Amino acid sequence: MTTKLFGEPVRRREDARLVTGQGRYLDDLGPGALAAAFVRSPHAHARIKDIDVSAALDVEGLVAIYTWEDLPGALAEPLPLLIPHPALTHGRTAYPLAKDIVRHVGEPVVMVVAEDRYVAEDACALIEVEYEFLKPVVGVEEAVQGGNLVHEDVPGNVGAHMVQEVPSRDGRSAAEMIGAAPHTLEFRLDIERSACMPLEGKGVYARWDADDQSLRVYSSTQTSTSVRMAIAAKLGLPLPKVEVIAPDVGGGFGVKIVHPWPEEILIPWAARTLDREVKWTEDRREHFVSSAHERAQVQHVRVGFDDDGRILGLDVTILHDHGAYTPYGIIVPIITSTQLLGPYKIGAYRVEFSSIYTNTVQVTPYRGAGRPQGVFCMERTMDRVAAYLGRDRTEVRAANFIGPAEFPYDQRLIFQDGRPLIYDSGNYPESLRMLKELIGWDSFPEMKARAAAEGRRIGIGVGCYVEGTGVGPYEGGHVQVTSDGRVHVSTGLTSQGQGHETVFAQIAATELGVPIEKVSVVTGDTRRFGYAVGTFASRAAVMSGNAIALACRKVREKALRIAADALEADPRDLEITDGIVHVAGTPSASIPLATVAVLSNPLRYAFDEEAKRATQFSGATSMDRPPVEEGEEPGLEGKDYYSPIRSTFASGMHAAIVETDPETAEITILRYAVVHDCGKLINPMIVEGQIHGGVAQGVGGALYEKMVYDEHGQLLNASFMDFLMPYATEVPRIETAHLETPSPLNPLGIKGAGEAGVIPVSAVIASAVEDAEGITIDRMPISPSDLHTLRLRLAG
Amino acid sequence: MKPPPFEYHAPVSVSEALEALAATGPHGKVLAGGQSLIPLLNMRLVAPSHLVDINRIGELDTLTAGADGVRVGALARHATVERSTEAAAVQPLLRQALRLVAHPVIRNRGTVVGSLVHADPSAEMPAVLALLGGSVRLACLGGEREVAAADFFTGPMESAVEPGELAVSAFFPAPPPRSGTAFREVSRRHGDYAVAGMAALVTLDEDLRIASARVACVSVGPGPVVVDVSDACARRPAASVPWDAVAAAVRDRIDPEGDIHATAGYRRHLTGVLAERALKDAARNAGTEAAHE
Repeated sequence: MTTKLFGEPVRRREDARLVTGQGRYLDDLGPGALAAAFVRSPHAHARIKDIDVSAALDVEGLVAIYTWEDLPGALAEPLPLLIPHPALTHGRTAYPLAKDIVRHVGEPVVMVVAEDRYVAEDACALIEVEYEFLKPVVGVEEAVQGGNLVHEDVPGNVGAHMVQEVPSRDGRSAAEMIGAAPHTLEFRLDIERSACMPLEGKGVYARWDADDQSLRVYSSTQTSTSVRMAIAAKLGLPLPKVEVIAPDVGGGFGVKIVHPWPEEILIPWAARTLDREVKWTEDRREHFVSSAHERAQVQHVRVGFDDDGRILGLDVTILHDHGAYTPYGIIVPIITSTQLLGPYKIGAYRVEFSSIYTNTVQVTPYRGAGRPQGVFCMERTMDRVAAYLGRDRTEVRAANFIGPAEFPYDQRLIFQDGRPLIYDSGNYPESLRMLKELIGWDSFPEMKARAAAEGRRIGIGVGCYVEGTGVGPYEGGHVQVTSDGRVHVSTGLTSQGQGHETVFAQIAATELGVPIEKVSVVTGDTRRFGYAVGTFASRAAVMSGNAIALACRKVREKALRIAADALEADPRDLEITDGIVHVAGTPSASIPLATVAVLSNPLRYAFDEEAKRATQFSGATSMDRPPVEEGEEPGLEGKDYYSPIRSTFASGMHAAIVETDPETAEITILRYAVVHDCGKLINPMIVEGQIHGGVAQGVGGALYEKMVYDEHGQLLNASFMDFLMPYATEVPRIETAHLETPSPLNPLGIKGAGEAGVIPVSAVIASAVEDAEGITIDRMPISPSDLHTLRLRLAG
Repeated sequence: MKPPPFEYHAPVSVSEALEALAATGPHGKVLAGGQSLIPLLNMRLVAPSHLVDINRIGELDTLTAGADGVRVGALARHATVERSTEAAAVQPLLRQALRLVAHPVIRNRGTVVGSLVHADPSAEMPAVLALLGGSVRLACLGGEREVAAADFFTGPMESAVEPGELAVSAFFPAPPPRSGTAFREVSRRHGDYAVAGMAALVTLDEDLRIASARVACVSVGPGPVVVDVSDACARRPAASVPWDAVAAAVRDRIDPEGDIHATAGYRRHLTGVLAERALKDAARNAGTEAAHE
């Protein structure tokens, strides 16, 4: 590897295009397509008595109106339950258009197709749906009483119930360990709902080719391959007749891994039925009430510990609000309950969760995917233990750390990929040391005292996490060198702005020894790569990155073999530098990779000057062997897959200093520090960007964002005016330090970095506010009004 | 999020606009900066059948600062008024408040008069007009009237503008000598509508004692709530005013409501804190003014 790009802060190659308006997002496509709009339920729980479309029929420009009764075959069935699990005994999914009962505000009831979106919305406004009201179920603690049911056949509104027990190494249960512990604490924690809120909502654009009987669908999705399979299945089309492309996608953060969304099968169906191009672009209000939310949990914690703060037993019971449906199974509470343990070795652990139906928008993974809740639980516990013992909060954490020599470390739980939760590598004491130095932990008491002397209140907080990243089952990479010397890389998973065009090109350029300018990357286009899983769980770099590296290694090996023939050299003596294959130490004995590509493909027809070298009278191939030898393929290309034995485990620790206004209770983040370990860094600049974005979302979750439902199941803040995402002005400068503990599990030694930044922020801010105020914080987010209320309560 | 159908009028003179408004009556709605109206239309929360776009009427794009005060035409953008040195010299509260109105891009488009007519109780400019005792000039076909701030804000999102009328300008009077102003607010995020906010006007006597003091409270009533706290200031110099009593006097006059961002109790508390802070700022500014006399 002579072209060293791996590990360099290469500038993002996609940015010039994206920031100058050259990106092609879903709504930029198909300007002449018909527009779809939906009549959505205004009620949280109701039975549909009648749908009267007559008034809408006169709207000029109306093309079609569809209700559930119009849907044929598999389209009329409930949407798939994507991730079945034995504990999910009562999984339920919605129909693409509501059949009899609507179970949350925003559920689609009628689809209207019209000449443009204005006309479609005009028609929607004239459709009258008659409802019979049913009792709405809002809030997990009410729901679990079972007085009113979201689904008639799901008693107690419990979709899933799961217990995992990890006894102590000498076989004692968590209950026994807590019972025997010198100290115990018991408390309740509460985390509000938030949501991914990508800048670009969902969207689908479908083109039916009646002559070819084929369908091309563009979707703003995190998984084009799986959307393709879902569309083929639901529409009864042969898979080769369906193409799905994820164009530029303006953020996903989890919500676009869910599929097929009702619109992802309804729009293609309408396009085929009408033989017209049809497009639907989700608007912000639709996104609030008809996509997905996350985070909401109530946790009950019992912990037993010794004088040093070592956790001897931990028992956590979680009520998880999964909303009205469970299309994504119980991945979120599984992640909460398994990742809760973080960098710690706990004596004995018992975790029980109930995943509960409510008449609210469904809950599916949002960046962090259950980890922020688990980390909030563990880190609040650490702070409580430290406060109880009167010890430094970092000391208590350090007392519980898994040691650097203890890897691989088996937490004896089953992770979200169905595989053992075994940490591959890490160095938690070093991470904490770096963090304390970065934030100035040890000198903070003096800073706090100086502030207090000026009448100011400041506090410091800390939070640690371990994140399972790069989950399987697999991803693939395809690499082709064409006779112009260009390198075409494709992988099936999709991009939502992460910088894949840059990092995958860095990997390919490094592996093949070509200038990065020669490398192009295509993601999420089923025309180029048909087998893939998707972009989620901080997995793209680990999965596709390694697959692309492996594919490149195949190409390199073949290139060296062909070049060795041409140069009459031993392939082991060859190197590739700047796209030229040459004998090591003898630069004159060389052949361009472009020529190797020509020679790799024996030709009958010369389409250009260079191609003549590979034609049948050129003498390029031996007469003793067939032009393409057995076991060989024409062309200089390679494909490979990477399928890991289990996930890699990245880790990080954050600290913050906050100031609280003694009068107004405003909370300001003065400093925010991050130490991050995702193994080998492919591109430190992109990793830092990921951390910054994650922390920004974490600040939202800690101080600003919550989905507020009233008792009728109405979402009270379904707009950016009242759902408060932090602006740049609310996000502090983020100080970052990297630790690189390579993963032994994959060829590149990397771990995922996409979600990391968001995970511990609520825990860190709670810790810091608690330190500033001396008030126990047990629910997030916290607003100035909330803090004021807590102060009044403390004052009695 | 597309607006329902409407007929669009684009008059180029005030008289054309007034004709259109007269013809459409209660079905007509004026479009100025559009920073509130367009989202309301797109969310189909309002559905006027006629939109009268006044953006082409050059004669409304005026800003006049005189010794007695500042008159702001209906097309003067927030940003124009905010940046006007002449306006700030005559009435500094305009710039102090406008800096807190939303974000620069919104101020580039939104208009001061539009904000007054929209009459959002959480908005800064109605509080400014109410505090200063300003007025709004309303024109209709064949007539004109000047409505005092006290009569202009009739309820949340409701003003004295009648069907057929166009608010052509607003007048913000200059303060008396030895006066100072200030605007303080707490918003959830930078640029958001205030959870609570406070405009203050303090006038000193020749001995630099507080002769009169007034505040206008934001987000704690159906409209801007003006409270005269001159008595509570007890004609003392700012340094020895019993601020607790002043804050209490303001808190007693408001009737805030709780919502998803703040409890009523927090708004009341915050209003007291902001009253003290704004009045202290205003008294300090008044002192500076007095020193320049």
